[in-house]
Amino acid sequence: MDVWIDIKENITVQEALDFVQSPDSGGVAVFVGNVRNETKGKPVRQLFFECYAPMALLELEKIAAHTRAAMGIKKIAILHVSGNKLPGDTVVVIAAAAPHRAAAFEACQYAIDTLKDTVPIWKKEYFEDGEVWVAAHP
Amino acid sequence: MQVGWDAGIKQRLAIEVKGMKILLFGIAKDIAGAPVIQVDAPVAKVAALKEHLYQQYPRLRELKSCMIAVNKVYATDDAALQPGDEIAVIPPVSGG
Repeated sequence: MDVWIDIKENITVQEALDFVQSPDSGGVAVFVGNVRNETKGKPVRQLFFECYAPMALLELEKIAAHTRAAMGIKKIAILHVSGNKLPGDTVVVIAAAAPHRAAAFEACQYAIDTLKDTVPIWKKEYFEDGEVWVAAHP
Repeated sequence: MQVGWDAGIKQRLAIEVKGMKILLFGIAKDIAGAPVIQVDAPVAKVAALKEHLYQQYPRLRELKSCMIAVNKVYATDDAALQPGDEIAVIPPVSGG
């Protein structure tokens, strides 16, 4: 197994890293996304993540497959949370391992950018004075 | 004979396509007020379904985008809908 895709309540950097480490990969890059405590100056109390899990997993698989086919990634883990999260909590971890570092960096950048673009996961921000689905409106 | 059989199948399909269940997520779920809705209008293509949804829930038009997924894959407006398809309304995604 060279790809680990998962959506669950809690994720850790360590589990993603443990999965991708192997002697054939000299370069390992990790992207970690955490809950920010403010948006445009307004304090964020918490986030809620909703997922269309069966489709989200398929879209994540496509991302992982592309990094392996086009970038030479040996192993990749893409983990995302669902449910309620507080500022500072980790919500996404991408770990990519390749023989050399350039591919690992490139894969992380590609994976997070594409995830934000195509994977059916939605984030609601809770402020002191209300809540909003992120990026829903122009 | 052939014509009659064909018409019968078409009628059956129309009836089955009518009772379509649609999954909704994120802000689309809030706008419709339910995680699953039933569409009884006979819509054969994604474009027709979207038009139906816009009429039913005008606030969907205000979204930055509103995609339809058929069987867990993003579908274009000209994609055909079949009985038993898993159909979902995908408002702008915001994971990560």
